[in-house]
Order: sequence, then C-alpha cells, then structure tokens
Amino acid sequence: MGINSRTVVVRIGGEAGEGTVTLGEVFTRIAARDGLEVYTFRTYPAEIKGGQVLFQTRLGIERVLSEGDAADVLVAMNLKGWEENLNDFHSQGVLIYDPDAVPNPETRGRQAYPIPVTKISKGFDFVRGKNLVMVGALTWIFRLRLETARAVVQKSMGRHAEVLAKNLQALEEGFSYAQEHFPETFSYTLPLPEKPAERLLLSGAEAMALGALEAGCRFFAGYPITPATTVMETMARYLPTFGGTLVQAEDEIASINMAIGASYGGMKAMTATSGPGLSLMIEGLSMASMAEIPVVVVNVQRASPSTGMPTKTSQGDLFLSLYGGHGDGPRFVLAPDSVKDCYYQMINAFSLAEHFQTPVIVLSDQAMASRVETIPYPETICGVWSECLERILPTPEELAQDYRRYRVTENGLSPMAIPGMPGGMYMAESLEHNEYGHPAQSPENHKVMMQKRARIVETARKHLVNWDSSVRRWGVANAKFGIMGWGSTRGAVREAMERLAAEGVEIEALYPHTMLPMPDQAVSEFLRGKKAILVPELNFTSQFARVIEHRYYKQLDARDIHIHMLAKEEGVPFKIEEIYQAARNMIQVEGGR
Amino acid sequence: MARKPNDYKSNVKPIWCPGCGDYAVHVALMRAFAELDLAQENIIVASGIGCSSRMPGFLSTYGFHGIHGRVLPLATGIKLSQPDKTVIAVGGDGDGLSIGGGHFPHAARRNIEIAYIMMDNSIYGMTKGQASPTSPEGTKQAASPYGTVEAPLNPILLALAYNTSFVARAFSGELKEMVDIFKIALQHPGFAFVQVLSPCVSFANTYDLFREITAPLPENHDVTDITAAMQLAQSQAPLYRGIFHHSVRPGYSLQTTEIQQRAPKVTMAELMERYER
Repeated sequence: MGINSRTVVVRIGGEAGEGTVTLGEVFTRIAARDGLEVYTFRTYPAEIKGGQVLFQTRLGIERVLSEGDAADVLVAMNLKGWEENLNDFHSQGVLIYDPDAVPNPETRGRQAYPIPVTKISKGFDFVRGKNLVMVGALTWIFRLRLETARAVVQKSMGRHAEVLAKNLQALEEGFSYAQEHFPETFSYTLPLPEKPAERLLLSGAEAMALGALEAGCRFFAGYPITPATTVMETMARYLPTFGGTLVQAEDEIASINMAIGASYGGMKAMTATSGPGLSLMIEGLSMASMAEIPVVVVNVQRASPSTGMPTKTSQGDLFLSLYGGHGDGPRFVLAPDSVKDCYYQMINAFSLAEHFQTPVIVLSDQAMASRVETIPYPETICGVWSECLERILPTPEELAQDYRRYRVTENGLSPMAIPGMPGGMYMAESLEHNEYGHPAQSPENHKVMMQKRARIVETARKHLVNWDSSVRRWGVANAKFGIMGWGSTRGAVREAMERLAAEGVEIEALYPHTMLPMPDQAVSEFLRGKKAILVPELNFTSQFARVIEHRYYKQLDARDIHIHMLAKEEGVPFKIEEIYQAARNMIQVEGGR
Repeated sequence: MARKPNDYKSNVKPIWCPGCGDYAVHVALMRAFAELDLAQENIIVASGIGCSSRMPGFLSTYGFHGIHGRVLPLATGIKLSQPDKTVIAVGGDGDGLSIGGGHFPHAARRNIEIAYIMMDNSIYGMTKGQASPTSPEGTKQAASPYGTVEAPLNPILLALAYNTSFVARAFSGELKEMVDIFKIALQHPGFAFVQVLSPCVSFANTYDLFREITAPLPENHDVTDITAAMQLAQSQAPLYRGIFHHSVRPGYSLQTTEIQQRAPKVTMAELMERYER
C-alpha cells in the first residue's frame, strides 16, 4: 500500500523448480518469527518443473487482512519475474533483482538495487543456493535478525548437514552483500515488536486439518486433487497420532462412501476435494441426507468448469454445493472467510454434521487453502468462534423398547444408534423408509419423512440465530450502502471498507459463514434501510447475488434495494482496488436515489 | 442359550420372487451367523442396489442399504470405524462388476477384513431383465434384442488376479456347502470374496443348467496355489464350486491399527507448537 503504510507487499517472481517458492516461504517464516504479521499469496504453474512462479508475502505490524494490491517491493529472480509484474508495481516501489537474469531494467523512476545472487552463489560453487542468497539479502534489507534467519533455515533445511551448511553460507553471503551495498535507510522497513505475541503460522489447508482434529475427526478418506491435497496430507500425518485412520481411496466416490460408512460406525468422518471431486460425491451426499448420516466434505474450489485451471482460485461451486444432488435433502454449507476462520468453521462443520445428522460442505478455495497467515493462537473454542455439539445417541431406555432409528420428532432429529449397541440394530436406508428404516413407499409416509428431514434444517436455522460464528457484520451500522459476500473475499472487502471509511463513506458489510441454512434473520436485518448492496464474488454468474435475489426478493422489491453484482472469474483473488472502485461506483450511481 | 438362524431374521418380508436364489443366501447367512454364535449387534451387513442388495433389510442385524455400486467403500469405512465387528458386503453382479467394478480391486488390494458376497444371477433383475457383465455373449434381453456382443466377465478369475486372499464359489442349489463357505469367509482375517450362483427365476433361470454343469473342486486342489486356482477358474464345464484360494496376509484394519500404535502420541497443544512461528 505504499510508503509509510503499516504493511508492505513483497512479490517474488522466478522460475518454478529453482527454489522461488522456498525463497518466499523461508523469508515469510523469518518475518513471522521476528514478530511481523504475514499473509502470503502464490500462483503455481501447472508444470511441476519449469514455468513461472509468483510468490507474494504481505508483511504487517497488525493482522494482515488480504494479499494487498500492487507490489511495493518486487524481487525479480528472472526476466519474466520483472516483465510480468511491471504493470502491477507501485509507482514508488523498489526493485531488487539479479543483474545476471535482468539486465538493465527500465524502472520508470523507481529505485532498483541489484543483488548478484547468481554470481555470489557461483562464487562458492552452489548455484542452486541463489534463492538463499536472496533470503539473506532480504533479511538485511528488512532489518530482520540474522539469528532468526539462521534458525529458520536450520529448521526447514536441516536434514542433510552438508546441504544445510551450504544454505547457511548462502544466507550469510547474501546478508553481508546487502549490508555493504544497500542504502542505510529503507522506506519499507517495518518496526519489529519487542516481544512477538503467540501466533501460529498456518496455511488455510493446514488450518482446516487442525480444526478437524480439534473437532474430534478421526476418519478421513480422500483422493489426490489439486488444490485440496494438502488437507489430506496434513491429516495423513496427524490422524494416526490421535488414533484415527486415513485412507487414500481409489476415487472420490469411494472417498465419500468410506466417510459415510465410518460415520455410520460412530466416527467423526470427513473427506476433502475440489470441484471435479465434489461433482462425483454428489450422489453420496444425497444418500447421507436420506440416511441421516453426519459427514463433512471440504471443497477447495478451483477455477472451473471441468478440469478448468486446477492451480487457480475461484468461488464457482456455490450452486453445486447448495443445490447439487437429486431430490430435496437436508444439507449445510459453510464458508470460512480467512485462514483463522478455516480452523473454527471446521469445528462448526462437525458440530452441525454430528448434531443434525446431516452432510456439511465447507467451501474453501485455492487462494485461501494455499496461502499462509499468522493467526492468533486458537483459544477456547466453544461459544465464541465456533460452537461445539455432539451426536444424539439413544438412551438405554430408548434402545430397550421399540427403538426407531428414524423416529418422527418435532425438531426432526432422531437419536442414532451405533453398531455394537444391543437393541439398536437398524438398517441405514437410502430408499425412502419408515421410522424403523424399512423401505416404505406410501404417499403419506414420503410426505411425513420429507417434512421430518426438512425440519432438521429449520431446527438448525433457529439454532444458528444464537451462533455468533454463523455470520459476520461490520462497518457503519445501518448505513444505506452495503456489501454482502462470502468466503475468502472478506479480507479485500475489509480493507476496501477501511479506505472508504477513511474517506468518510458510510458503508456496512455482511458475510454469512453458514450459506445453508442462510441466517435469514441477520440478512433481513442487514437489508433493512439499505439502498443498494454490492455483491463481490469470484465466479462468472454472480452465484451468491442470485441466491440473495431469489431468497429475499420480497424485501428487495418492497424496499427497492438494488443489487450490484461484481463477478470476477479470472483465477485470481480480488484486489482491494477493485472492491473499492465498485463500491464507489455503486454509491455514485445510487447516491441520488 | 444357543443362537438360532431365525434370531437373525427381521420382520420384513423379502421382496424376492418365489424361487429366487437369494433366499438360499439369506438362509445360509443366518445359519452361518448362528453356527458362529455372533451377536446381532456385532454384525453389520452393507449393500448396494439391486434385488440381492435388499438383503440387509431382511436381517435383524445392523445394516446399511447404500447406493448402487458403492458397497465396498461403504463397508470399508464401516469396518475401519468398528474393526472388531463382523462386516459383510452383499450385492449383485451388476452392482459389483459393472457400476462398482472399480472398487473391487482396491478392496482386494487393501485386504480389508470384510466378506463380500456377490449374488451372481447374470442379469439385472430389479430393472426387469437387462444383460449384466456376467451374461453370456448373445444374451437376448429387452435392452439387447439382437443379442449381446460383449464377452462375460469371470468373477473368480478377476478376484484371483486382484490377489484376493479368499476366493470361493457357491451355488444357491447347494445350501450346506454355502453355509460352510460363508463360515470360513466370515472368519477370514482379510478380504473374502464369495461368488454365489444365485439364479433369477424371472429373467434368467439357470437352476437346471447349474445343477448340470457345476461340480465341487477336485479334492486335491491346493487352496494356496493361485496358478492352479486360475486354471480351475477358467473351466466352464464343469463350473467348479468351493474354495479356489485361501491365504493369509495382514488385513487393512489390523495394519491401520498398527500404524496408530506406531505413530508418536501428541496432544493438540503439542501439534500447535509445530506451527508456532
């Protein structure tokens, strides 16, 4: 955001397979350890080796909300890293580059400092260590501590003594070179806190896995798919340490069915996938709705349709998540809005799934899953950021006489027996069934059972009114203009609103965390008195805006509330500027009304 | 008090046509349960979709009537959540070899400790008679009025090729033999596959044919010899009944339990420390 700001955007461009991502990750880790807040963003090429990588880390003194806009400091490790970022480079930005890769860059008045990383690393016969040379240089440039840098390199690259020694040498060579050649004062240096607060450094995918473990998830079945694989890999590492089981299934259909089977057996179970996998799981989800089996499905959205752009972000699966599946079955959909929220919404997901015996889809996206953020150390989880609920089991008395697994109740919830419980023997049934779980086809029974299952959602909707964690509302209370969004776009919206607030613009925002059931009461209250609302989302057809139009048309019509859709399906997140301009535009268009 | 076969019978009347081969499987299962003295609450029978997949509803054990073709992953999840229970997967040839054919090799590869009983009638019965993956070439049915041109699959040969640790064939016309096979399959500490020749009296009545062409496996057949088993599995006349293959290697739930025991024990707080900046 520029000089004298409390954040700085550092963008690194380089070749995939040449340690560009490692450069960014190690540098980010050093900054975080020294007490700065971080928020990363990365694009991957589809190729494993070769292709251009962009790694961005935004450093801040306070919690960073989004990846930011134009680069303040651009680190060009190759020519493309310079050329491709020229148009998204702050006018007062600073270029740091390898002169062997980027000869004589025309910076249009910006400052430029060569760090000859290729030459330096060749100097001690370790060319592939040029990324660490740059880490060393950046450590000095941002006045981070060399001791911290050494510790981070040791921790992340300490497996082979010989390689570690070389990397440490590279780090120090880079540090010394920058110390000698870089100017004494640097306008983008952020002050380091005396004593860093306790923080975790997590990717969104890791946050989801940890949240699931905290919630008590003990079974995971999944199939490798970009960009959701990290969730599976994190679970694979830790599930057995908690007595849990992970299966790498043969496909996504097997994954969802295994998870449903394990849940039927009494375990908290989940799977994680991306769009194509969710499409395959839809039949299984419909069964979980019918048989009333708890299951949590994480969908890390990527640019679609079809195979689309697997390594690029999107929010294009909202319709699929809300409506995908045959028939009308109960289901919940959650949308965490930050890495921190990913952790807490996973706890909510298991609470909802277990207590209401219903499948829950949690919508993340490529950008949020792969980025790394510093987040406050998770606190007491129940009641503030998330709610803790458990499955309702039958009492011994209920099991002793005439146990009915699908007993028709007022709130739609029927106690669920677990295999091994004497007297609870029942058949989970994908066919329409009566209270005992026996297939039943009469019109009366179908009607009663459809209503019973629908009541589950209504019970949950009433329950959620008291959940602080089911919706976020902030800004100027009851302002005439609003922003409604969902998921990972919230950071950019918060920052755009800060900019608008600084300019005296009154605007308010609402982000539901539960997309299904929609927190109708909160939305209605929010819409009251609004002239117009902006709905920014990363898909092509404005899916959330359509949901709002469809669900609240009476209120929108009666009060003549206009919806301004801001749809973007390009594979990359919103820039703060885009939200800001769209909000400005809305206010200008609607202002006279 | 000794358990009786009828203890495992639910009060739901089977939907099968009179004379259906699946009745024999129903009876054989209940007899095997009783003879193994299994408690009802410790048995879970999962199924897919089709006539034979209605089985769990006719038993008073725990059950799961799932979706078409997905019985093996469903049963795998159930077994992994309840490793000490007896888990049985049942279904037909269409369920297991057509729509669900992709799961069979993986259940075998994992050697998950479930018994998989495939009631093979070489027809889609519930949808009123279409050719199935095991229908003989030239089968004329509603959806193949000019006769099928696909070669049939051989379930026993497939199971052997997938390295299934227990492979057997039974026939609904030989009840006692089926009970004996089921009892071994239910106790097998790995993936046990039983193909039951279970004729469809309405669309492909093969009772007489199987009475004529089936025969017990040679008495000297070595059940650990896979090559011999593969050779015998290719014989169509006689079409052998009995245990083709039986070997023991560690099962999947046993191994995942061992992994849990091997994994270092950490608390959530310790786990968080790894992510501290």
